[in-house]
Amino acid sequence: MREGFALPRTIGAVDMGGRLLNRIILYLELVRMEFVNNLAYRSTYFTGIFNYSIQIGAYYFLWDAIYAGGKVIGGLNREEMITYVIVAWVARSFYFSNLDRRIALEIVEGKIALELIRPYSYQMVKYARAFGEAIFRMLFFAFPAGLMFSVVRPFGLPPDVLSAVLFIIAILGSFAIYAQISMLVGFVVFFTKSTTGIYKAKRIVMDLFSGLLIPITFYPQWAIDIIKLFPFQAVSYLPNMIYLGKATKAGALNIIALQAFWIIVLWIACSLVWRFAVKHVVIQGG
Amino acid sequence: MKASSSFRKKAVRYFMIFSHYLAQYMKTQMAYRADFMANVFSELFQQSINLIFIAVVFAKVPQIQGWSRDEIIFIYGFFLVPFGIYGGFLNHLFDVPEKYVLQGEFDRILIRPMNTWFQVVIETMKPELLMGSLTGFALMYYAGTSLGISPEWWDIPIAVGLVVGAALIYAGVYTFLASLGFWTEGNIGLMPMVYNLSHYGRYPMTIYRGLTRFLLTWVLPFAFVGFYPATLIMHRYEYLNYALLTPFIGIITFVIGYRVWTIGVKRYRGTGS
Repeated sequence: MREGFALPRTIGAVDMGGRLLNRIILYLELVRMEFVNNLAYRSTYFTGIFNYSIQIGAYYFLWDAIYAGGKVIGGLNREEMITYVIVAWVARSFYFSNLDRRIALEIVEGKIALELIRPYSYQMVKYARAFGEAIFRMLFFAFPAGLMFSVVRPFGLPPDVLSAVLFIIAILGSFAIYAQISMLVGFVVFFTKSTTGIYKAKRIVMDLFSGLLIPITFYPQWAIDIIKLFPFQAVSYLPNMIYLGKATKAGALNIIALQAFWIIVLWIACSLVWRFAVKHVVIQGG
Repeated sequence: MKASSSFRKKAVRYFMIFSHYLAQYMKTQMAYRADFMANVFSELFQQSINLIFIAVVFAKVPQIQGWSRDEIIFIYGFFLVPFGIYGGFLNHLFDVPEKYVLQGEFDRILIRPMNTWFQVVIETMKPELLMGSLTGFALMYYAGTSLGISPEWWDIPIAVGLVVGAALIYAGVYTFLASLGFWTEGNIGLMPMVYNLSHYGRYPMTIYRGLTRFLLTWVLPFAFVGFYPATLIMHRYEYLNYALLTPFIGIITFVIGYRVWTIGVKRYRGTGS
């Protein structure tokens, strides 16, 4: 509310507060909507769990064979490694989002033009929807899958309650960072006008450098030094270290602070790219 | 076939139609040259995930259950050859339940005087993915050289037989899964599962235990698209009997898959529009 200098400041402030509240209610509603939407298609997730089991199974067998000597490799012993694999994949079923595909599709089809004239923040709407889906997947995918695995192949739990709480906070951070990276990847389409190869490139980078497939400590030192400069390891590897109790309490807080740092950096990057793209890029089919 | 000459005519006709489709496909792809190249390269990069995984792990351990780094790379290299054929010609059997059955595209296939399976395959092929097979050859060459394998004359005919057998396994399994679409009329999500399971074939069967190994050998025989035949070509003969079974398993799998396809096609009733 900018108009009317005569308007007392306090009313303006209250109004701003009210607006913010409205905004929050709007985004929470979107979270809820997406959750309910997914609920309608929950049967597709049933086969998804089996699909995931097969993928986890592949890495479980592989790591089990690699550790056949029973040594400690890359700072992890056999049991820890198996817990690492299962937790990494189960956590991924929560933080994963396909924002890049959705955004890229809207850009390619020119639907983004419609989004631009709507009175909300495009990015926030996307995050809210993705979060709704993530909560759905946590309840109907991650938990049942985790439970199923713990029956088939029992794996370790966090050493104490505090680690568990810190891990959950860190996984929320994983969601934010993964969503923001996906957002940036989706925005690339503004410039390339084609989606070919982009998703695969993202997948390769995320699989290898987030620590999903290989704990970062397995890499040679020079690679570790490079990987540390990027936000990827904060998505999977670092939260897993909290889960395994490999990070001290201070270390865990440090990880969460690092995630916060990356969330801010990526937030700025997303806003800059978004502003530039919207101003300079031709909308296709608009 | 009444006479062999009519068979030859038919084969020539199918080959001609295949080449027309191929030419047409190349024309459409060349309209988006950059995309085409990006597609090919991203496919090659995809394979680098597994190679990096192998390189990183073997920097820490000397061997996995008696298999050295180069042996694992050799197996992966062999695995990629039939996998390239699968990617180029069979991957889009994925489309059958949704696109052909549910949306009724199969009507168009049925009114043409040609084998239905062949039509679907050449309509949906992406032959550029055969490039993946080249990576496979390169990896086998690299690993084979550093393992000091000296090629024998019989390696080539045997390799051809094994690759064809492995490709037939893919063809059989995916034709079977695609055919289920004639009953389910839509996707039931089995294909991605089986796709992920097929990747089990790129590692030695010795790492899998009990039920899993049995399943991969005798039920969904993906042990025969990578590991078993690869051991024969790298001249390790512990699994000779299994390796030699590859072409037969391929034929059996394909016959079953194709049989289910023909039954499914008879069930097809169109969308009614």
